[in-house]
Amino acid sequence: MTPFSATASENGEQNKVHSADFHFDMPYALDAGIGLNRDTVEYISTVKDEDPWLRAFRLRALETFLAIPMPEVLKPHGIDDLNFDKIRYYLANNTGSQRSWDDVSPEVKTTFDRLGIPEREQKFFAGIEAQFDSEAAYNRIQDALTKEGVIFVDSTLGLKKYPEIFRKYFASVIPMGDNKFSALNSAVFSGGSFIYVPKGVKVKQPLQAYFRINAQNFGQFERTLIVVDEGAEVTYMEGCTAPRFETATLHSAVVELIALKNSKIQYITVQNWSNNVYNLVTKRSIAYENAEIRWIDCNIGSKLTVKYPAILLAGEKSRGEVLSIALAADQQIQDTGARMIHLANGTTSNIISKSISKGNGLASYKGVVHVNENLEGCKNNTQCDALLIDSCSQSDTYPKITVHGNKNNIQHEASVSKIDEERLYYLQQRGISKGQATSLCVNGFVNELIQEFPLEYSVELKRLIDFVLNPKRET
Amino acid sequence: MEMSALEVRNLTLSVDGKLILNDFSLTIPTGEIHVLMGKNGMGKSSLAKTIAGHPDYAISQGKIIFHGEDITQLSPEERAQRGIFLAFQHPVEIPGVSIANFIRSAMNAQNKKMETVAFYKLLHENMDRLELSRNFSARPLNVGFSGGEKKRCEVLQMLMLQPSFVILDEIDSGLDIDALKLVAKNVNSLRSGTFSGLIITHYQRLLDHIIPDQVHILEDGKIIHYGKPEIVRELEEKGYALLDQEEAL
Repeated sequence: MTPFSATASENGEQNKVHSADFHFDMPYALDAGIGLNRDTVEYISTVKDEDPWLRAFRLRALETFLAIPMPEVLKPHGIDDLNFDKIRYYLANNTGSQRSWDDVSPEVKTTFDRLGIPEREQKFFAGIEAQFDSEAAYNRIQDALTKEGVIFVDSTLGLKKYPEIFRKYFASVIPMGDNKFSALNSAVFSGGSFIYVPKGVKVKQPLQAYFRINAQNFGQFERTLIVVDEGAEVTYMEGCTAPRFETATLHSAVVELIALKNSKIQYITVQNWSNNVYNLVTKRSIAYENAEIRWIDCNIGSKLTVKYPAILLAGEKSRGEVLSIALAADQQIQDTGARMIHLANGTTSNIISKSISKGNGLASYKGVVHVNENLEGCKNNTQCDALLIDSCSQSDTYPKITVHGNKNNIQHEASVSKIDEERLYYLQQRGISKGQATSLCVNGFVNELIQEFPLEYSVELKRLIDFVLNPKRET
Repeated sequence: MEMSALEVRNLTLSVDGKLILNDFSLTIPTGEIHVLMGKNGMGKSSLAKTIAGHPDYAISQGKIIFHGEDITQLSPEERAQRGIFLAFQHPVEIPGVSIANFIRSAMNAQNKKMETVAFYKLLHENMDRLELSRNFSARPLNVGFSGGEKKRCEVLQMLMLQPSFVILDEIDSGLDIDALKLVAKNVNSLRSGTFSGLIITHYQRLLDHIIPDQVHILEDGKIIHYGKPEIVRELEEKGYALLDQEEAL
């Protein structure tokens, strides 16, 4: 069993999709109530027994959130339907995160069992964190990595146990008031991962975090901070799901990555949100000298996703890459993109964005490529391809490129294509149904990016895309 | 009387308002291979695509009967699942979809599912027969293929799917003589009392290697001549003018 959708037969070809659409009605020992005000923030801070500086930070963030108007660009996307007064901002059981699945509460354990998390942990990952609503329920990292000084804990524990690293980098790449949703997250954040990889340590297998929303009318606000020291390397993978509710669910994370000199970070996201989720995420990273950062992002599901992973190329010869796949099915909006900010000589960046729109789904790409003044030897390559499945499907591309000086090399290519009827006919002529043929073509369209995901995930992704395009096959 | 494999009855066909076939009929008995010849632009490829259910070809009149069943209204995949296979004149490129993955999907769709190991064993055997190298099956379908590779890929699919009726639309175009022989040999390997087909070609040379049972000559949307394969040799020598003379007589 695998976490996003499916159980597969041994040959891996039958798409028996095992839905993530289930939840448990359960009591929560800790509940900040419905709606957002100072009391909500104070409650969260008290429950977490936080230092005064952090409490003050949260309260300032709340004021900032309330003061910043809703971005106009999100209004056409129906953001006003999201009522912040009806959301629950913190739900947890006061158990802390366990190091053994046997110690995790039955509902939570069953949830992650069904999503296949413990099973995968054995096979693929150097460490796992499993967050259930507001808090991590399980967290474990291989002992060998702990001995090498690698830290992988939830953010609450990270703040408590490693304040000297955490506080130094916390909100350093994404200031609290960067945007309305970074302010919101800063006010009520809970959970998420804190990772520190010491100098020269190369973590071979990925570290995995799994974010699960179980409760209705709920907002999940994890906060992830990854600091990779000089010459070190890590791959982090996050997966997200939620059950389908009639009411809105909010997911608003803040993720900061810091890649110090000569280090490498790869951050992989596979999300399959149900279509009642507003997914409003701020992700930004900074690469120092000769460091490399890659965001590999697959956005499936949600009602509205707004996410533009950014890389500040601050050190000479640092490299950045954003590879993203977005699938906007009927009634869904995927507003995604990438931001590359070149701040030093010889920095290079690459953006490949592939979007698929189905039904009246809307996929839009918003890219920023900026090269500072007086720089030379900077390169960017941007490729954005959109595929439309139906005549009512929509795709927009908004590239914004600002380059100062002429000693840099910037390339931008964009294409929009309708799914090719001759291709479908060819596949149908071999007995493949039109829906399956569409799915094959779409999988072909994103194949080069899917190859960038670890094998197990790439198989999963193909199945998931197939499932979204052929929902009737649900069993 | 034994049922025919394919019967095209009084077919009238237009594309974009242009009349392609007019009251056209053709019968291919089970176990036989027939040839359809005619000048370019006479509607041979349109007929092939229509038999295989291409959505752009609107049948205004007539029927297509396959082994006694009226398939005129069936979708392309339903026709394929009944055993009709069209080897395309210009197979379309499908980026990102490997040959192996595609053939496997097609076999699954046609209830010819095989276990992974057995599938690859059979695939490799058939690739060997077509003198295709092992890495061929990992390539994206038809993308950047040479003319010969495209045609051999079509035949590979045919060998894997084992259709009961094939339409070969100019399978000989773009092939050198060795490749032509290879393609012909493999098509012949499928021939049996239950295997039938329609070959569309301009050239005698293919018919030296796949010996047909009957030849039909198409002009102005109708069959103007019907006979034994020998007519083809005469046609090559004397051109289609031969038929015009016959008409005149």
